[in-house]
Amino acid sequence: MKVTRRDFLKISGVTAAGAVISGLGFDLSPVESYAQQLRIKGAKETTSICCYCSVGCGLIIHTDSNGKVINAEGDPDHPINEGSLCAKGAASYQIANNPNRLQKVRYRAPYSTSWKEVSWEWALEKIAANIKKSRDASFIEKNAQGQVVNRTNGIASVGSAAMDNEECWLYQKFLRALGIVYIEHQARI
Amino acid sequence: MTNHYIDFRNADVILNMGGNVAENHPVSFKWIQAAKDKGATFIHVDPRFTRTSTKADIFVRLRSGTDIAFLGGMIKYILDNNLYDEFYVKNYTNASFIVNPKFSFEDGLFSGYDPTKRAYDKSTWTFERDENGIPKRDMTLQDPRCVFQLLKKHYSRYTLQKVSEITGTPMADLEKVYKAYASTGTPDKAGTVLYAMGWTQHTVGVQNIRAMAIVQDLLGNMGIAGGGINALRGESNVQGSTDHGLLFHILPGYLPTPRAQWPTLADYNKTTPQTKDPRSVNWWRHRPKYIVSFLKSMFGDKATKENDFGYNWLPKLDPTQDASWLNLFDEMYKGTFTGFFAWGMNPACSSANAGKVRQALAKLDWMVNVNVFDSETAEFWRGPGMDPKKVKTEVFQLPCAAFMEKEGSISNSGRWMQWRYKAANPPGEARPDGDIIYELFKKVKTLYEKEKGAFPEPILNLKWDYETNGHFDVHKVAKEINGYDLTTGKLVPNFVSLKDDGTTSCGNWLYSASYTESGNMAARRGKSDPTGLGLYPEWAWCWPLNRRIIYNRASVDLEGNPRNPKRPLLKWDPVAKKWIGDVPDNAVPPMGTNGAYPFIMKPDGVASIFGPGLADGPFPEHYEPLECPIEKNLLSSQRINPVVKIFEGGPDTFATCDPRYPFVCTTYRVTEHWQTGVLTRWLPWLIEAEPQVFCEISVELAKLRGIKNGDRVVVETPRGKIEAVAIVTSRLKPFNIAGQTVHLIGLPWHFGWLHPKDGGESANLLTPTIGDPNTMIPESKAFMANVKKLAVAPAKKQTKS
Repeated sequence: MKVTRRDFLKISGVTAAGAVISGLGFDLSPVESYAQQLRIKGAKETTSICCYCSVGCGLIIHTDSNGKVINAEGDPDHPINEGSLCAKGAASYQIANNPNRLQKVRYRAPYSTSWKEVSWEWALEKIAANIKKSRDASFIEKNAQGQVVNRTNGIASVGSAAMDNEECWLYQKFLRALGIVYIEHQARI
Repeated sequence: MTNHYIDFRNADVILNMGGNVAENHPVSFKWIQAAKDKGATFIHVDPRFTRTSTKADIFVRLRSGTDIAFLGGMIKYILDNNLYDEFYVKNYTNASFIVNPKFSFEDGLFSGYDPTKRAYDKSTWTFERDENGIPKRDMTLQDPRCVFQLLKKHYSRYTLQKVSEITGTPMADLEKVYKAYASTGTPDKAGTVLYAMGWTQHTVGVQNIRAMAIVQDLLGNMGIAGGGINALRGESNVQGSTDHGLLFHILPGYLPTPRAQWPTLADYNKTTPQTKDPRSVNWWRHRPKYIVSFLKSMFGDKATKENDFGYNWLPKLDPTQDASWLNLFDEMYKGTFTGFFAWGMNPACSSANAGKVRQALAKLDWMVNVNVFDSETAEFWRGPGMDPKKVKTEVFQLPCAAFMEKEGSISNSGRWMQWRYKAANPPGEARPDGDIIYELFKKVKTLYEKEKGAFPEPILNLKWDYETNGHFDVHKVAKEINGYDLTTGKLVPNFVSLKDDGTTSCGNWLYSASYTESGNMAARRGKSDPTGLGLYPEWAWCWPLNRRIIYNRASVDLEGNPRNPKRPLLKWDPVAKKWIGDVPDNAVPPMGTNGAYPFIMKPDGVASIFGPGLADGPFPEHYEPLECPIEKNLLSSQRINPVVKIFEGGPDTFATCDPRYPFVCTTYRVTEHWQTGVLTRWLPWLIEAEPQVFCEISVELAKLRGIKNGDRVVVETPRGKIEAVAIVTSRLKPFNIAGQTVHLIGLPWHFGWLHPKDGGESANLLTPTIGDPNTMIPESKAFMANVKKLAVAPAKKQTKS
């Protein structure tokens, strides 16, 4: 009989006298699983896919009743990783639960020695104005040979394989509508 | 990948070369182990002994940058010993095709080379065709001008002794690998190759992979369970971001980006791949439907037949313009750009010759950097050697949501598109990338509506209606990518429904069938496995058309029966007249009945042993890296790849066979970090496990340089120098290269000055600006460096102000 870790939790939750005996001569497994259950007891489970390498391991993200991410573990139902994770995947909940996360929009003015926190509205409007200024100043409808090119040589973009598919598609749409041709990302390097 | 991760378990021989699967794709190793448990042989070929090597049945070393010599020797071994799959080679490859009599190869150069342009005129790299335009063939493979005989001639020079002199691999080790891998040349055996940046990051990167593709073609290993060419890519969605065209040369779905010499859609469509051979499916012939459907997804109702579906609104590259990474930063360094987006990237550490990139960033007027954590790119203006008071660049740092704080899909290397759900809200004011892009474009559009400006049409006419209740809705984009039948308003079932008359839209034809009227296919969690081969056709979704192994009709014989009855991937049912197994590539009857070749994306319908499309030749040829330890290429007078672009001047310097930089250096990754470390250096568990830059040095080299394990050392190239902790290890060994002792050193590239403070700098301060002539992927895996013990205690580091 194949017992996945989830099945095992169910079994050990019902019958305290688990049959798995460790090399120490006494049974540690129910204690271990009980400890793990305490940590994620009552937590909400959300399936996800790991953000690091390209294997595509399934994750279960646990969030507590306040919506805070408290744990990530391998999805036992996922056919590729079957519940296992590497060091990075196992640590991935620390991306969400991390005091170093960027939480504010920051702006560094020309020649300034420091950041300043700004609002989204202010930043997006200023970036949009910058885009328009760079684009209008550099837009070329025809190249030196007189061929129609309708592009801007004044703006470039790199990124990003760290985005979801839908975001990648939306981003290329945004860039190409602006007339940008210097479009690159991680795949090139 | 042509295949997928679970499929490793179906292989009889697995070769990991140009990669370190156990450390960099750790969980996938369970499928290598599953193959080993059933008796498979696992081979690791690498300059370094790694944790992958510890699990290998055969581990052999080669000097970094000599893979073509190694694989060329394997091709010769297979041919000399008649170990190829004759049926496969004759029927499913171009081995029998007759090549243009003017094609030649001499002393490292193919016909048509122009040294002033450093480029080839490829007009002689062609096949002889009959009066109907169909390639002439000699099915006996005896014609001296057939591909098979030219291949034999080309690799006749790659003798065991010559290969050993170049690679530093002992002849007995070469034979061991060749014998084991060539054992998969029978229909009942499968061999697979797993590679990564160890193959791509070279000035011969594409030809490294081509050399292996030739091996796989000869052994009949393409299109079968347990076979294929499998790129183990470095990021969770680098497959998807490539598929969706975030590169200068491709639109979504690998449609070429428009160029100035194709001013109209009709001109663009003239470049559609053609074939006159009725036996070739040539799937790319459908490209006009995909570009029109793409334009409809871009411009919606504003794209009409009368205005060429808005083709004129797409930007055009100059006829031969290459806007790829190294050129992009070269232009930035020269001051071409005023604005720059570094979206979810950290080029100040990830780019080859990162020091040049950091200087280039200071030439911008403005930069937008979007990231989850702080990075050396966002903070470049106060990095090492920078005086913020002299840096004009205006910097916007936008905080974005992490993967579990939003909903959407990603695609793994096996082309599996998998859906992720939102588990939590992003912290503080951080927002999903999609929301940021969506809102930013609305601001730009408002400005153009109010103030007009240069060529506003593509902005004003862009279809930008992906919101629900005032918020960005990722499902609407997912559906846009899948495509609609615009006459019914329904989602199309797949790309076969797409049309070139403007009645369908589709953001990316390859992803058509991923989100249909039946629902979101990427979110599926069905576990059925009807073939028993681990295809899991109801788990998530994979492109194209949920086909789990590409070119799978090459796994059957002319009647449609599996050539390997032990692992039947596909079988033709002559009564029901349909294929059973994987989604067939494609659904035409077997070759014996209507004759359609299996390699449907190739214009000639067969696998290319002779590959005329590349910049540097139809057969892979060994050239030395830009920086190498020997003065002469032992195979020809061409030391380096004759068509690479040389960047020179300013921060672009290099030194080859220079006693100041005597050691071969390579960069790599460790399990606990990822890329430049932006998503790992800030995680307490991971930074504790791998806290700082180290440099691996052999026991022999350590003795030579008086370096002890744990000493602080300086690694230096003409581009820069970084400090590291020396790890003196027997995992590295000196090579014997044509009688000369050559040392190798290596270091991980995950670090940067920002965090942690004593973690050390990016190894990319050392790497050169030089790329593969086909892809322009930088040569980060083989360059020359010096290493010496740090003479004095390091100066106190500048702290963040």
